[in-house]
Amino acid sequence: MSIELKNVMYTYSPGTSYEIHALKDIDLNIPDGQFIGVIGHTGSGKSTLIQHLNALIRPTSGTILYNGEDIWADKYDRKTLRSEVGLVFQYPEHQLFESDVLSDVCFGPMNQGKTREEAEAEARKALSQVGFKEKNYGKSPFELSGGQKKRVAIAGVLAMNPKILILDEPTAGLDPKGRDDILDQIAELHAARGITIILVSHSMEDIAKYVERLIVMNHGETVFDDTPKAVFSHYKELETMGLAAPQITYIMHALKEHGLDVDADATTVEEAKRSILAVLNENKSALLKAEGGCLDD
Amino acid sequence: MGIIKAFKLGFDYLKYDEDGNVQDTQRAVNDVNLDIEAGEFVAILGHNGSGKSTLAKHLNALLLPTEGTLWIDDTVTSQEPELWKLRQKAGMVFQNPDNQIIGTVVEEDVGFGPENMGVPTEKIWKRVDESLQKTGMTAYRHHSPNKLSGGQKQRVAIAGVMAMRPKCIVLDEPTAMLDPNGRREVLEAVKELNRQESVTVILITHYMEEVIHADRVYVMDGGSIVMEGTPKEIFSKVDTLKHYRLDVPQVTLLAHELRKSGVDIPEGILTTEELVSALCQ
Repeated sequence: MSIELKNVMYTYSPGTSYEIHALKDIDLNIPDGQFIGVIGHTGSGKSTLIQHLNALIRPTSGTILYNGEDIWADKYDRKTLRSEVGLVFQYPEHQLFESDVLSDVCFGPMNQGKTREEAEAEARKALSQVGFKEKNYGKSPFELSGGQKKRVAIAGVLAMNPKILILDEPTAGLDPKGRDDILDQIAELHAARGITIILVSHSMEDIAKYVERLIVMNHGETVFDDTPKAVFSHYKELETMGLAAPQITYIMHALKEHGLDVDADATTVEEAKRSILAVLNENKSALLKAEGGCLDD
Repeated sequence: MGIIKAFKLGFDYLKYDEDGNVQDTQRAVNDVNLDIEAGEFVAILGHNGSGKSTLAKHLNALLLPTEGTLWIDDTVTSQEPELWKLRQKAGMVFQNPDNQIIGTVVEEDVGFGPENMGVPTEKIWKRVDESLQKTGMTAYRHHSPNKLSGGQKQRVAIAGVMAMRPKCIVLDEPTAMLDPNGRREVLEAVKELNRQESVTVILITHYMEEVIHADRVYVMDGGSIVMEGTPKEIFSKVDTLKHYRLDVPQVTLLAHELRKSGVDIPEGILTTEELVSALCQ
């Protein structure tokens, strides 16, 4: 179920004085089952890029292939494409419209031609997968908290059984626990269903914790496309693009500068902890009182 | 007495049936006591639904208490017939920059507040100049707000509040929708206002790193204030914060984890420098 972008360009308002080249010559290959992060400052082209992936936007030039087929060819079935490539927008409250939660989640599968019963079965499965409690199924979407709305919006897309799930800033405005819950559930979905996940985020810490591949957008171009560790080692360049590395990376660089020989490329608290403990242990520093067992978790 | 003070503040949201009778009440703020001094930088933390935003809306009289009392600059909000006077003293900045900008040009948007207050034209321009300068947005004064980045829009919103010369500014998750650069810009602008202009700042946020320079932190849960202290005191209690669905800055978490593994460093480390000096003695 791969997506392939070849020389994709997109220009807003071409031929006017407001002309903006939002995407410039993008080449990208998204194979099955990856967990991909996309970062970039506001206006870098992230949202324009993801809207190309399920044919919400038609490229000004270039080709987009889904399973080897050109999605803008005549008679290509873009409706099926959009149910296989699900997109959760940044403001979930904008994509909820039914009178109760269960009906809202049923809308997608019913649109795919399923009966209400079949759709409800899909909806219940999807809602339980995002951790939404059954006692709230009858509530109006307007009665829900921000975190609950996001879960319902994600369930609404999942109920269509997408092969690829794209999430645009799914955790903006959520409290830390809500943020971790949603991202953990997305990671679980990735593991359980094997679907491809594309996560757009402004949180470098979340990106470092979850994704296996990181794409960095700047001025409509992909400037980095590598593992998070490799990308974040270019943190000075990221800063010039209005981005940053996770806080941990800065801490590790500072420790290294002060003579502690730690792994400066660590990007998560867990990695940093392991590296620091290993170094302290090696130095046989008096600081380390604990036994070796603490290194295992 | 402080610039903002609350005594046993409580607030109920009411739900009405079709005939307009009260069907249900939901307590959003419960028995809150606050005493915020002029010039303080205060942060409020709490999970979604903990009552932070409801409390914030009391601080500039957008909501009036169901019970208890709230004073803004010695005036009881529920007894002030002209609420707009209170709102000039305590300005508010919301989460979504696109919902609070109304002008088609930056400088007009910033001038909207003082114009509404009846400030004479030449003085409005003076205030606009000053506010744009304080938030570092002078270079964009003739731009359309639509073409600005999220961080720039929030700085315009802050400039708009500053032009009303408030004593106090309440920011409700001002950085939730911004990229890292935008977050930094907005936070710097707010810190500057607090330091240079001695404006009282009340910052509500889910980003723990934004709180470490505050004078005082309140933590809310279930509508009540459950913790109060300096950032160091609050962030020393990693497990209690987790219980309230919150977090600590990554450096604090790392230090906490190292400590649990037996490394001899203090709790409540808030900055990289502190951790470096604790580890590289």
